[in-house]
Amino acid sequence: MDVKQIEKAVEQLCLKANFYLRKDVARALKHALKIETSSTGKEILKILIENEAIARRRILPLCQDTGMVIVFLEIGQGVRIKGGSIEKAVNRGAARAYRRGSFRASVVKDPLIRINTGNNTPVVIHTKIVPGARIKIHVTPKGFGSENMSSISMLKPTARQDEIIDYILDVVKKAGGKACPPIILGIGIGGTMEKAGVLSKEALLRPIDRSNPKKHLMKLEREILKRVNGLGLGPMGLGGKVTCLGVNILTYPTHIAGLPVAVSLSCHALRGGKIVL
Amino acid sequence: MWRPINVPLSRKDILRLSCGDKVLLNGYVYTARDMAHRRFFTALQKNKKLPVSLKGQVVYYTGPTPAPRGRIIGACGPTTSSRMDSFTPVLLKSGLKGTIGKGERSIETVRAIKKYKAIYFVTVGGAGAYLAGCVVEARVIAYRDLGPEAIFRLKIRDLPVIVAIDSSGMDIFNKRKK
Repeated sequence: MDVKQIEKAVEQLCLKANFYLRKDVARALKHALKIETSSTGKEILKILIENEAIARRRILPLCQDTGMVIVFLEIGQGVRIKGGSIEKAVNRGAARAYRRGSFRASVVKDPLIRINTGNNTPVVIHTKIVPGARIKIHVTPKGFGSENMSSISMLKPTARQDEIIDYILDVVKKAGGKACPPIILGIGIGGTMEKAGVLSKEALLRPIDRSNPKKHLMKLEREILKRVNGLGLGPMGLGGKVTCLGVNILTYPTHIAGLPVAVSLSCHALRGGKIVL
Repeated sequence: MWRPINVPLSRKDILRLSCGDKVLLNGYVYTARDMAHRRFFTALQKNKKLPVSLKGQVVYYTGPTPAPRGRIIGACGPTTSSRMDSFTPVLLKSGLKGTIGKGERSIETVRAIKKYKAIYFVTVGGAGAYLAGCVVEARVIAYRDLGPEAIFRLKIRDLPVIVAIDSSGMDIFNKRKK
């Protein structure tokens, strides 16, 4: 496979992601409007639904924070890649999309010196080598209003489910109106500290209206969703029933001494798309 | 439900507006976010003049996407206000009257809003495309080198905002939390 194909795919996915809200999220917003009882909350949800329609006509991106791009690459071990560096190709694709789409360049080259790179790259790439001869690319631009409120904690292995939920509720409370609720929670449990973090992002890739295939996790997701919505933060944190649109959990085996729990907060503008090459 | 009001705000309007009011702003505001605030702060510390007088003005915390061809501005929703909290009391002291953003403010900012009889509005985070439709004129007037973080003077028409902290120090976020 030529890297040009990957470059092109990333470009298309970045363009699409910033103009089209994920269908599962768009549906969830419409449902939220039906069940929200706060009048201010309803007004906000109406504006968000209208915003989605404006962006869909490719007039302007959904949000001015067109994010830092996260790319999940699943590379089949049978694939032979030619034409240059895959990492460079991914970055070239993203850079072109951000120029063509008139998206905001929000990435600084050095976190301390802070000079804008001007084209929103580099992106963050997570690579998995899998059996097969295909490449799956999943692109999700992540806004930082909500990313700043994301969190990770190394809980005790003996922690009960309630302690896990309490930690997650604390993260959501601290985020308040800053993370642009109604939010979506990606939760990574297990592995090591960094593994839990990546899992929490990967969890966000699953459509929020598709149930977790693991029954105990499905139950936990529902419980968390119920408790988070019980906080009463509401749209933009101004009060209301709808604080969270969905909770997605991914787990991984972990050590007898630990229980890493990572919470990736996403604003309602959860964007992204995938392609298999 | 939503009622129009002019910006810059009159003293009477500031005192009249209260927590939770839904307002449509009309007139002129300035944009500024993180880096611009740091520059304002440094300038004030050195007793230098700001590149724009904020006396009586309203600042909108936003960093728009570049305007596509034929459009006035790109997507321009609010960014998280609390990141500006360490700079806001000083700006309010120097005459700034209002801010627009999203999310909670620090207790120091709430106190300064009360002390200097100012106001804090929130607008709809993530509604960048929608809110761009409320901007009828946009001009970079300072810190052009900061790109999306430059200071724009925006002429706005019916920008929907909600009073989150009023001049009496009432805070919508704390009221909710009890």
